[in-house]
Amino acid sequence: MKVVILWSDALLFLLLALVFIGGWWSRRQAHLRDAWRKVGASATAMAATTVLATFLLVGVLDSLHYRERLPDVGGVPAGSTNYSNEVLSALDAVLSPLRTRSEKTYSAPLATYLFAKESLDAGGGGRDFPRLRHGGAHLGAQLDGHGGDIAMRVLKGLGLGVALWLPLWFFARRKKLMRSGIHGDGAGDTAGPAVGAVLVTALVLLLIAGVVVALAQGYHVLGTDKVGQDVLYLTLKSIRTGLLIGTLTTLIMLPAAVLLGMLAGYVGGWVDDAIQYLYTVLNSIPGVLLIAAAVLMMQVIIDTHPEWFASSAERADARLLALCLILGVTSWTGLARLLRGETLKLREMDYVQAAQAFGVGRLAIMLRHILPNLMHIVLIALVMDFSGLVLAEAVLSYVGIGVDPNTISFGTMINAARMELAREPMVWWSLAAAFAFMFALVLAANLLADAVRDAFDPRNAG
Amino acid sequence: MSLLTVRDLSVAIGQARPVDGVSFDIALGETFALLGESGCGKSMTALALMRLLPDAARIGGGQVAFGGRSLAELPESEMRSLRGGGMAMIFQEPGTSLNPVMTVGRQIRESIDLHGGKLGAVELLDAVGIPDAPRRANEYPFQLSGGMKQRAMIAMALAGAPKLLIADEPTTALDVTIQAQVLDLLRELQRERRMAMLLISHDLGVVSRMSDHVGVMYAGQLVEVAPRDRFFGAAAHPYSRALFAALPDSSRRDGELASIPGSVPPLTAIFSGCRFADRCAEVRPACREAPPPWRELGDGAGAQHMVRCIRVGELPMAAPMAAAEKSALAARREGAAALLQVSDLQVHFPIRRGVLQRVVGQVRAVDGVSLELQAGRTLALVGESGCGKTTAGKAILHLQPPTGGSVRLDGRQLGGLAPRAMQMVFQDPYGSLNPRLRVGEIIAEGMRALAIGGDHSRRIAGLLGQVGLAADMAGRYPHEFSGGQRQRVAIARALAVDPRLLVLDEPTSALDVSVQAQILNLLRELQGRLGLGYLFITHNIAVVDFLAHEVAVMYLGRIVERGRAEEVLRAPRHPYTQALLSAVPRVEQDGEMRGVERVVLQGDMPSPANPPAGCHFHPRCALAVAACRSAYPDETRLTATHAVRCHLAD
Repeated sequence: MKVVILWSDALLFLLLALVFIGGWWSRRQAHLRDAWRKVGASATAMAATTVLATFLLVGVLDSLHYRERLPDVGGVPAGSTNYSNEVLSALDAVLSPLRTRSEKTYSAPLATYLFAKESLDAGGGGRDFPRLRHGGAHLGAQLDGHGGDIAMRVLKGLGLGVALWLPLWFFARRKKLMRSGIHGDGAGDTAGPAVGAVLVTALVLLLIAGVVVALAQGYHVLGTDKVGQDVLYLTLKSIRTGLLIGTLTTLIMLPAAVLLGMLAGYVGGWVDDAIQYLYTVLNSIPGVLLIAAAVLMMQVIIDTHPEWFASSAERADARLLALCLILGVTSWTGLARLLRGETLKLREMDYVQAAQAFGVGRLAIMLRHILPNLMHIVLIALVMDFSGLVLAEAVLSYVGIGVDPNTISFGTMINAARMELAREPMVWWSLAAAFAFMFALVLAANLLADAVRDAFDPRNAG
Repeated sequence: MSLLTVRDLSVAIGQARPVDGVSFDIALGETFALLGESGCGKSMTALALMRLLPDAARIGGGQVAFGGRSLAELPESEMRSLRGGGMAMIFQEPGTSLNPVMTVGRQIRESIDLHGGKLGAVELLDAVGIPDAPRRANEYPFQLSGGMKQRAMIAMALAGAPKLLIADEPTTALDVTIQAQVLDLLRELQRERRMAMLLISHDLGVVSRMSDHVGVMYAGQLVEVAPRDRFFGAAAHPYSRALFAALPDSSRRDGELASIPGSVPPLTAIFSGCRFADRCAEVRPACREAPPPWRELGDGAGAQHMVRCIRVGELPMAAPMAAAEKSALAARREGAAALLQVSDLQVHFPIRRGVLQRVVGQVRAVDGVSLELQAGRTLALVGESGCGKTTAGKAILHLQPPTGGSVRLDGRQLGGLAPRAMQMVFQDPYGSLNPRLRVGEIIAEGMRALAIGGDHSRRIAGLLGQVGLAADMAGRYPHEFSGGQRQRVAIARALAVDPRLLVLDEPTSALDVSVQAQILNLLRELQGRLGLGYLFITHNIAVVDFLAHEVAVMYLGRIVERGRAEEVLRAPRHPYTQALLSAVPRVEQDGEMRGVERVVLQGDMPSPANPPAGCHFHPRCALAVAACRSAYPDETRLTATHAVRCHLAD
């Protein structure tokens, strides 16, 4: 096995490291710690965080890439090993049954037959629904037990979910007991984080996961797509793409937005004019047009330089990064404008004037007095932009200028669903699965953003 | 027969009780004043009467009867017609109380249509003394000055011919000369229409001028209710007395102001005994045990004087004047070198118009100001808002680059910032401290920026002690401090670099009376100890009277009169100074001076972009002669120290 680190993996882990460092740093800042504590006390925020953490876990698993070692074939000299051309991730390894057990074409969720009639050669039976190769294969020829089998598996899955949840519950309970033992007065209960919300959300998630795991061992839980791939596998793989687009883009646009916004607001004069001119120009070009042009250019470059990429995964990855970059370049203007306005306001504050009266330099004033007072806006914008970007990816892929067609993403799934919905009878599960997962991700991000905004709003402080 | 009867009114926000058991009556044609510092529940009481409480708050108990009807039981639809029709309210901030996208006339007509008033919008505007009412009715709020907006608000309140007018700090946002106009207008309207009025104010002077009955509120409770003359003659509750004693004026200028230690308790505080006990100088253990009951101090003449204090009989009747030892004031040393010399200072802002941003005019915010200040003395720069006094202060520090003139410090010309010699203390203690920095970091900023060596943390502890804060407060953030404490931090920050001169820009105007006294005492003490020169920028004449050695009065960017405090404040020669001084509502303890003739200025201050020809003041001056319209008067020296710019001075 050979570990492969794609550029996007490296950036994702860098971002995670930054988040951890930032979290550690903000623990020592009283105002930030108080605000985060408020977020922690909100049941909605904590439930949303639990959901997001689950998505993140899937995304991180999907970012640990490797190339499998091929079995030794005769004629290869000992000592040199061959690696598969295909780049796989840890998630692929976990889901390998899902990945490999593909059908011929469409099949409905939990079905045992294909979705479309085909002419059967054996027995001269004319046209009928052929049996699936994997879905319900353990039932054998007798399908009487289909309903009962599903019910049994659901029960087993629920049991599995509860079994996984109980240790968690005991752990939380012991911690709570310990805490109230320390404080003695139960003060920890009111001010402490909303553990209850986390536990309930975790229970729901584990129950769902348990049922899905139990069912997936025998069936295609969310059906299969046109080429017979398991839709559950596709949606799980899409999570990484969504997360990457949402986070890497903000990583790219953030420095530009903060720096330019603050400079425009504080320095003023021709610097302000230049920066305003820049973002007005950028804003007046239709975003999709700009992105389409940049993506097509990128595509040409990638196609003319195949030697840059060792595998198709790397090529797709480069295109994904390019998309993040382009989205970042076009989306910093909103935040920069917001920060410029806030800086204009802060510049006139008495404490900035007091610092000027001491002869403190421009850069020091910007770093000490302006930037810390902008951070709450930056944070709110980050969390709110995330969901917008995940949706933007879906739209762009739908238009055909998004990620590489080989990359599995919500956008490509929705794009494919365009044809599926036009079929008669309709193939609905692909779209429904993408919709449900994206909905959960964006809703959780939005709920968290709301809670963060409330907690960091200075008007609510006090 | 009283129009409004309030019994045991309480307002609850969760567990907190911002208003707790308030009872009073108002009869037709009478004014009841609610007096108290901010956070005492005055506005909340008024909102509860109108049933306009914010969402989180609800009426926790008690009865309110208006004209014999119980307000608590009225359905919302009837309540709505009562608001504006039966009782109307005027708010503090005229700028935000009017809708900026509707003409004034339309907003008034809206209120007339709702309540079926008899008068039209123009007649109402006329009634509140707005000149050229038909034209003004078609103008938008931004075209009106602050005083006019407040008049328009009053006109709107009058549209439904209310029987009760609730005025919540109606003049706090206005300048003194405008305040005098609006107060007179309110009295006149009340007399004409026999309205009852509930006046909410923190200003003893305003209450003294306007009220018939006074109720003093503290921490959600009324602590004293008395007829006006009795209250101003013999206030009984220790809190009321402390409020009087904390008022700065000339009679206390050589002593120390009596200040109330601490600040108003927060809403969430839980009280077992008297709510004022923690800040009371006369506190006894019994005060903390049970809430004090009402005591009647009737003089038998039917005038009710109620006090909520168990020790009221034992306290001496006269308010104890602060008999602090006289602090030695630095006498003016004739011929002593001036610390600060400002000559002909100008700050002009260009007005740019058009595509090419050509300069079409100048706003002369400061137009030739000359000042002189010696070490250890205080020069007060007095004027109404917009006269350029803050800009002048900033220009002296070079925070705002001056366009002309010179600033000399110790005889040396300043070309830029001189941070080690001059520092500034700002008006708003909430805006002047960076909320993201600890107090210690805030104070250390100047020392760091100027690379002052030494042990910073020791010095910070010393500075905090100097301004009356504990040394361990250096690790806290500004939001943990009250307004007065923040202002102390701001003073410590300025002192950290050992300046010789402090520019104090209205340092107490955002503070309550009792806290203001603490800060003024501190400033005076620091001046005595460190020999600082103060340039004190303010519009508050009482503070000037208490603190200043010299006074300069500014009008429209120029100094119209300057001299020693006694000269300017006791024998003002410029008509503007005279008007300014007489407009200040004074506390008249005996009530005799109520009918004394006052000079009330008409109109508003003109714009500094387009000052009137000749003497800037002549359009508002009652004494103006032909010469005033043609030429700006030269300075006339009356004594060695007293100078005035008026054609009529000699």
